[in-house]
Amino acid sequence: MYLIYNMKYYVFNRFILKCIDNIFPIFSVDSKRRAKGRNKPKPAARGKKAKPADSVEESEEEEEEEAPRKRKGRKKKEESEEESEEEQRGRRKKAAGTKKKKAAAKDDSEEESEEEKGNKRRGGKKGANKKEKEEENNKEKKGNDDNSEDESMSEGEMARLKEDVEEKKKLIATLRNKPWRMKRRLKCLKEAQAFVEKFEGALGKGKGRRLYAFKVMMTKKIIKFNRDFENFKTACIPWESRIKEVESHFGSSVASYFIFLRWMYGLNLVLFGFVFGLVVIPEVRCDANLNFFCIFSGYCKYSIMFYGYYNYQRSIGLLQFRLPLSYLLVGLGIFGYSLMVVIRTMARNANEGGDGAEDGAFTFCWKLFTSWDFLIGNPETADNKFASTTTSFKESIVDEQENLKDENIHLQRFLRVLANLLILCCLGGSGYLIYYVVKRSQEFAKKDRNELSWLQKNEVEIVMSLLGLVCPPLFEVIAELENYHPRIALKWQLGRIFALFLGNLYTFLFALFDEVNAKLENEKEIKNETIWALKEYYANYTLYHNVTENIPPPNISPADVIRGPCWETEVGIVSFTVTFISVLSFTHICVCVFVFLQPSYAEFDISGNVLGLIFNQGMIWMGAFYAPGLVGVNVLRLLSSMYYQCWAVMACNVPHERVFKASRSNNFYMGLLLLVLFLSLMPVVYTIMTLPPSFDCGPFSGKDQMYDVIMETIEKDLPPFMADIFSYASNPGLIMPAVLLMVLAIYYLNAVSKAYQNANMDLKRKMQMQRDEEKNRRNNKDSTNQVMKDLEDLLPNKSLIPPPSAEETEKPADQLSKSPKVTGKPGAAATGKGVHVQKDVSLAAANPRAPVTRPPGPRPPGPLPGNARGPPPGQGMGRGRGGPPPRR
Amino acid sequence: MRSDSQGDLRRTLSYFFLHCSLHGRYHELAPHLVPMDYTNDPDVKIPLALIVNMPELKENPFRNRIVESFSEDGQGNLSFNDFVDMFSVLSEMAPRELKAIFAFKIYVHSFRGYFNVDNYICNEDLEKTLNKLTKEELTPEEVNLVCEKAIEEADLDGDNKLSFADFENMISRAPDFLR
Repeated sequence: MYLIYNMKYYVFNRFILKCIDNIFPIFSVDSKRRAKGRNKPKPAARGKKAKPADSVEESEEEEEEEAPRKRKGRKKKEESEEESEEEQRGRRKKAAGTKKKKAAAKDDSEEESEEEKGNKRRGGKKGANKKEKEEENNKEKKGNDDNSEDESMSEGEMARLKEDVEEKKKLIATLRNKPWRMKRRLKCLKEAQAFVEKFEGALGKGKGRRLYAFKVMMTKKIIKFNRDFENFKTACIPWESRIKEVESHFGSSVASYFIFLRWMYGLNLVLFGFVFGLVVIPEVRCDANLNFFCIFSGYCKYSIMFYGYYNYQRSIGLLQFRLPLSYLLVGLGIFGYSLMVVIRTMARNANEGGDGAEDGAFTFCWKLFTSWDFLIGNPETADNKFASTTTSFKESIVDEQENLKDENIHLQRFLRVLANLLILCCLGGSGYLIYYVVKRSQEFAKKDRNELSWLQKNEVEIVMSLLGLVCPPLFEVIAELENYHPRIALKWQLGRIFALFLGNLYTFLFALFDEVNAKLENEKEIKNETIWALKEYYANYTLYHNVTENIPPPNISPADVIRGPCWETEVGIVSFTVTFISVLSFTHICVCVFVFLQPSYAEFDISGNVLGLIFNQGMIWMGAFYAPGLVGVNVLRLLSSMYYQCWAVMACNVPHERVFKASRSNNFYMGLLLLVLFLSLMPVVYTIMTLPPSFDCGPFSGKDQMYDVIMETIEKDLPPFMADIFSYASNPGLIMPAVLLMVLAIYYLNAVSKAYQNANMDLKRKMQMQRDEEKNRRNNKDSTNQVMKDLEDLLPNKSLIPPPSAEETEKPADQLSKSPKVTGKPGAAATGKGVHVQKDVSLAAANPRAPVTRPPGPRPPGPLPGNARGPPPGQGMGRGRGGPPPRR
Repeated sequence: MRSDSQGDLRRTLSYFFLHCSLHGRYHELAPHLVPMDYTNDPDVKIPLALIVNMPELKENPFRNRIVESFSEDGQGNLSFNDFVDMFSVLSEMAPRELKAIFAFKIYVHSFRGYFNVDNYICNEDLEKTLNKLTKEELTPEEVNLVCEKAIEEADLDGDNKLSFADFENMISRAPDFLR
């Protein structure tokens, strides 16, 4: 019963609920009118409604208000009441403001008790209805006389009134959570609102009325605005309806992928905001002199997308924007922000999820009561769900019947080991393949680019994509051997593909590092040559023009300048290609295979898609520093993939054969994402900290290290004392203690959490013990608790206890309709007594006489043995025991 | 106190909301039964058979029970009040406790009283639930076993029935309940 009753979207979504909220007041007006129509014959009905049973004064006051109104006639009243709802809301709020001291004092603690009170009152009122009606009739006549006393309320009365009003308000606020019928709720609402309106009006009379009216109006407006805003917010959750639709067709497991995708999109949007706001836009605005790079060399190598495009000038524009600094900080900030968000999300999920495990205390119950997915709205899925529920029941039954399947378990183990071996082979093979290809591509790189075919140029990327395409299905086939529950199987599958991607990623990275190193060598040469050429040029210039100062820079067209290889851009391009190719493989191949070839419909491959997403995000994180445009491209990619996949899954996939539930907040995905984030963080930070930046391209050209930008800023831009502070802070003598402190803090927190966990476990165990004890006591009570029985026999009011005959012949378990209120208490009392005695006598021989622990209840509906004197008390079963004795 | 035009406005608005949301759906179910005009206070009820055909309920094995438990007469005829009630409880926003209460109500097949915590889920109820859930594909022995186990697991006070307290205790710990 996943998400109990969260059925399909377009019915039970929040939006609709808001609509309910919207119509609620109106609706209540409507039915109020109706109610009025019914009540017309009885003039006193209205007064009765608004009055708590216990306060006579209040009722009198009410009448004072009530009576004049009634005189005005029905018609007017109807009109006025229509608005009263809204107004009350307003006034309620307002009064809440004015009486804050009071409200604050009792606020939360009283909420529950007040609800109870409310209940009682209502209960009491119903009983007292008739009496009151008469009273009221009398009062109504009286009420007309003492209008004048209206203004003069004593302080105590005022206070009481305020309290009551508060109470009513609370009732209104919590009304939605009450398990009542709508009719009753409406009635309560009306009552409470009428009450509040009346007495708030009374309370507000003394002060400036205009101000009051104005406040009411404002609060009304504010409430309306808030409501609209809430509606707007829910309407703004992107793709909610799409995801719900998918969910209803494919179950929550598939939906969890899309929710993850949406989350990822949000994250990327923020990153995109960072990058574009702080890096790209400043650069674009101030780069008139650098525009030629774009046209340069035919393709987009030196475009805004890549590292090489950015200017090394310390500050640009009117605002003296420090671009290199901002570039570095944004590059690191992306990681910082992502880490923070991922961890926060994980923590929140963990909080709200709790530990669902609970070591299978309620296996059958949960299966029985919560296994239906209320979101299913598709016949096919429903059939699958029926089938899977049945299977799961059968599985548990089999498990229950024979806990150990000896002959099977060895085979199972063998198969699992075999499967893991196979998969390891696959992983190793693919890792080696990638390594080999990368090596080869380095050899290719040494040759002239023009000689190479397109295939040779892009070999690495193609091989990687192919592996990503081939391996997951292979793993899935192998995983068939293992015969896990699909939820567990999904996790294994995710882990394996993750390992594959990871291995690929890292072999790829190491190969890339080789390449980068080669580029760095190359660059050194070019740098020396350039410096030499410049020197020569200056020397020549001095020679010819006889000037030593103000030498114009060499007049060479930018296309002819010998440029370094700019390894950063190279890295950016590689990650760009990988991303792009993975997009291609994602969309196009899927389209080709599914739409044009039309094989048999496949299930939606959750694990593959999730990992594709995660891996891709890792690529983005890694590449974002070297290719700021990558984030933007990724946003587009995710956007299109959302629409495309939503469509594709509805068009080309069939529901899973074994529909299983996945929780909406999936920490497993998040964990993988965190791992990938961490892994992609490392190479980037490594390059930033160790490798020297290219000398002639990018924002850090001319620096020895990238982080020199920060040093520079500290020295030049910040006041000197800041520099001092930083120099102190970077002192190892300070850093070491700080790290130590953190470690200690972590250790301490860890210890505390462990302690809590232990306490938790302890409590759980205690609860379990108590439960078992209780059960045992119940089961054994009749046979063991002899003293109790003797006592009971001697009790004077035995006449109250029915002759056991009537019920005892009937199977108690079938007694559906006995009055439970009656049964509950005596049973509890009996156990209460039993606590003390039971232990001493638990070994006593079974007493044939049954204890009579209950007063008589109404008879069960089934056929009863007609005789009043049934079998002798001993042989039957007491009601409290009920049913066949539990096993054990 | 207020002008008539405001009253008119309110009425129009109320019409608007009723039309556009829930009442629209309600009306859709039985256009011939449900009027759009409530001024004359008609007593409208839609029978169970029509409600059960809503796309949200159509595939649900408990659809009859759901509708029955929300109907005031217990026969499955829903007035608009009941209808709104059902939507509000089944929506995502409804608090967990409320859902537990109504879940209990749905699983107790012969429920007495509107909300009475002293009702019990007994063996028969469990059997019915199980049969609905599996389309009666389990053998009677299996059904018995499952029911027994379920009661054994969740029954805290040892009366071989699940009271609401038992039920709530059990369901509130379920990993799949309302997540």
